[in-house]
Amino acid sequence: MKSSIKTALILATIGTISAVSISFMAQYAYPIIEKNREAALRKAILSVLPGAERFEIIDEKNKIYRGLNRDNKTVGYAFVGQGGGYQGIIKMMIGISPNLQSLTSIIILENLETPGLGAKITSDEFRSQFQNLPVQLPTEYILNKPPEEPNQIQAITGATISTRAVVNILNDYVKHVKSKITWETP
Amino acid sequence: MSSHQHHFAEQHSSSKEAPKGSLVFLKGLWQENPVLQQLLGMCPTLAVTNSAINGLSMGLATAFTVVASGIVISTFRKIFRREIRIVSFTLIIATFVTIADLFLAANFPEISKNLGPYVPLIVVNCLILGRQEAFTSKNTVGLSILDTLGAGVGFTWVLIVLGSIREFLGAGSIFEFQILGSWFEPWVIMILPAGAFITLGFLIALTNYINQSQAEAHCK
Repeated sequence: MKSSIKTALILATIGTISAVSISFMAQYAYPIIEKNREAALRKAILSVLPGAERFEIIDEKNKIYRGLNRDNKTVGYAFVGQGGGYQGIIKMMIGISPNLQSLTSIIILENLETPGLGAKITSDEFRSQFQNLPVQLPTEYILNKPPEEPNQIQAITGATISTRAVVNILNDYVKHVKSKITWETP
Repeated sequence: MSSHQHHFAEQHSSSKEAPKGSLVFLKGLWQENPVLQQLLGMCPTLAVTNSAINGLSMGLATAFTVVASGIVISTFRKIFRREIRIVSFTLIIATFVTIADLFLAANFPEISKNLGPYVPLIVVNCLILGRQEAFTSKNTVGLSILDTLGAGVGFTWVLIVLGSIREFLGAGSIFEFQILGSWFEPWVIMILPAGAFITLGFLIALTNYINQSQAEAHCK
């Protein structure tokens, strides 16, 4: 009986010391982690909205941001979209022009696609197809030949699923954000 | 995991005389290398070595954990009772892993993102619990530092070599420094999981070959 109390005491002591050390480490680390996260968000927003100098949050829950240039003029909106890819969640930052008629640019924030195939969604070659892409109509992808219509992009060879995932996320979120922004700014 | 531990325990309890310091450190690098000889910690070894920098960071995080927990466990080795030693060791290891994880996330967000869940998973790396069971719980702090440092460095160098080979063949670069030009068609398979098994297999075969030819030379 005595022995079991001693055992419990030893374990409780180790547990307490562990908890205290982790709390100290967390106190040091969490503010920095939060700062890193904000810096990454800022960088992503400004890089999908050419000319933007700063941004303001217009919808915290849906992660919609307004990019402003030096003269405080809106240069576009940026928003985070995510959905299932080939092997995991694809998360991306999408920039759209102030009149919501075309994209400015996209950037892939997170992906677990196959290196050398699906991971090419992060390449400049693929991403540049979304610059100034009109979004009045839903975006489509076509295989193995250059796009014919203005709302089309060319799929990555061997990575149709990844391409389709990006296009689906884009269409879903553009539609959603269009309704949000017109709703909020009369 | 448990069969490994028994194996270690027997190995070390048989030699009663105090081991020599330099030998305690050096055996981790080759003779008792955690990856190439003991085949411990295969999960991070295979999962994160798709580039040299990932191998290096995983190696250092593991080395930090094994050394730090080794110091604590050898210092208080008289306190841990037999029946709760595994729980105690795991708690201590988990504490250091959490500290390493938070440190990486705060200071090296990019590396932390690349390693993902494999940093918290260092807790279950058998190489760490193995050293505590086999060595630090029975030896002085000084020897324990040497032993765990040897295991940590031994783990790290193998992960760097694995990562470098895979990155070189799979992307034409080492430590993100481009070596092969655009004429090189990357062997994508090398940075995929299959590449990890292939490269590790060749490395272990090479190690065994070297050891065997040395043993033969010794006999002659």
